[in-house]
Amino acid sequence: MAQQTIFDKLGQLGSDMAAASNDKFLESMDQLADNAAELARQADILAGQAAAISAQAAPAGHGDTFVFLFTIFLLAVFVGYYVVWNVTPALHSPLMGVTNAISSVIIVGALIAAGPLDMHLSKVFGFVAVMLASVNIFGGFIVTQRMLQMFKKKK
Amino acid sequence: MSENASAFAYLISAILFIMALRGLSSPVSARQGNLFGMVGMAIAIATTLASPMVLGYSWIIVAILIGGTIGTVTALKIQMTALPQLVAAFHSLVGLAAVLVASAAFLAPESYGLGAPGSIAVGSLIEMSLGTAIGAITFTGSIIAFGKLQGLISGKPLMYPGQHFVNLALGIALVALIYWFARAESGYAFALIVAISLLLGLLLIVPIGGADMPVVISMLNSYSGWAACGIGFTLGNFALIITGALVGSSGAILSYIMCKGMNRSFFSVILGGFGGETTAAAADLGDRTVKPGSAADAAFIMENAASVVIVPGYGMAVAQAQHALREMADMLKKKGVTVRYAIHPVAGRMPGHMNVLLAEANVPYDEVFELDEINRDFPSTDVSFVIGANDVTNPAAKTDPSSPIYGMPILDVERSGTVLFVKRSLASGYAGVDNPLFYRNNTMMLFADAKKMCEDIIKALE
Repeated sequence: MAQQTIFDKLGQLGSDMAAASNDKFLESMDQLADNAAELARQADILAGQAAAISAQAAPAGHGDTFVFLFTIFLLAVFVGYYVVWNVTPALHSPLMGVTNAISSVIIVGALIAAGPLDMHLSKVFGFVAVMLASVNIFGGFIVTQRMLQMFKKKK
Repeated sequence: MSENASAFAYLISAILFIMALRGLSSPVSARQGNLFGMVGMAIAIATTLASPMVLGYSWIIVAILIGGTIGTVTALKIQMTALPQLVAAFHSLVGLAAVLVASAAFLAPESYGLGAPGSIAVGSLIEMSLGTAIGAITFTGSIIAFGKLQGLISGKPLMYPGQHFVNLALGIALVALIYWFARAESGYAFALIVAISLLLGLLLIVPIGGADMPVVISMLNSYSGWAACGIGFTLGNFALIITGALVGSSGAILSYIMCKGMNRSFFSVILGGFGGETTAAAADLGDRTVKPGSAADAAFIMENAASVVIVPGYGMAVAQAQHALREMADMLKKKGVTVRYAIHPVAGRMPGHMNVLLAEANVPYDEVFELDEINRDFPSTDVSFVIGANDVTNPAAKTDPSSPIYGMPILDVERSGTVLFVKRSLASGYAGVDNPLFYRNNTMMLFADAKKMCEDIIKALE
């Protein structure tokens, strides 16, 4: 009987302990989850910060792109300088016609603005810019061609 | 098309543009050069259309059709005398297109890979605002130049007190606005940049006289290039940067050549005011006599000469005399006279304008010579036939330090045996300077309209 009681007691103790440890376990699990959540939140913040840093790094990286583009620009100015001095003075008007036509390569930017499917103010701007640049491209090349066709050698 | 493939395609179109300019070194290769330019443009447009940024085509096709039709019809119909106006008008379109593209990039930066609105990089904002400012200045400046060349606005320089101060203040304001825009990415700053630049373009060209238009047109040509460059930096596009740089330096060189042809500094042209005061300088020279002649006299002198050099000026173009002039030259050539044409760098209203006008009248280009090529031949020339030109033959540019055109390179017609000077009256040229050439013993004045005189000479030669 006494043995029974001991067993009972033990059993109770065991179940108590189990319950207690279970509680503790759950509690620690809860804490762990909390910790994990906290960690996740911190990781999130960190990721956000990293994104912000990389976004800030973009302008810094832009510096490199700028140097690259500026190099191309300067070299092109030199090419332009030497090529244009080689143009015979008799053809300075056609030169203006051609340069006018090719400066309308700005249509590249206009096409991108007019490109999206959804309606936007920028799309309207793009549409008008494409139209203006097209006037120039067609007009510039055709008027130059007209001028050049007039230049004939002595028969 | 992948990003690398399109970068290569843009590079190819830029190279084709360089070849287009290279072709202009001789009239023989020039037409092929123009073709290179067209192919380059087609490649640039096709590459952009194939890029993932462009999804809807209907608007684009409509825009190209409208613009292309307007451009084609205008270019086919335009009179060659009106070429400078046309070029000015075209420049204004490039300027406006640059402003619109920059505005679109500002409103929808994600389409251009510039990030979300509100977080555009400072560098891109600066490039964008520069492209916008130069584009807007080109736009209104070219419109004023167009108005002056077309005769819609008086060609006289418009001056008012404090003009340079106002322009300077606007320039400083523009720099401050660009700073604000780059810091805050503010739409107000952008709108103000556009507004101030538009105003500045207008005010910069208004004080420049009609006679300085060759410089102005070249300068605006240059500006339209730099505007394209600014946009090219924003988009990071090779074709735009290279082409913009080519056009920019081309216009700058032409402005330089024009300034040199007038012996004026670029800054004195920009500051304006030249050619406003047409003073009655001839008043105190009343005692000098001129020798007037008739068409028959001119015909007689020229058909008995061994060599004739024709010096055409803008007056010839105004009178539409180029066809009659060429006919006259043809008759002289048939009679065994050597006929050549001498062209001053600033003859006409834009660089090379006179060459085009002569070419239009079927004058072979190998009979047309530039100032440097022909000036030493004047002493061995029997007759110089000056038609519609004045200041570019004025010997005062060499002898009279007090003359406004002193130092300007001139065609030495006074060294030839006889000078025939076709002119409607003794009025001075655009520089408002009297021409001592009129009163020389070997000068015969032919007072008439240029076209009428050529036709009368043709009749006398028959």
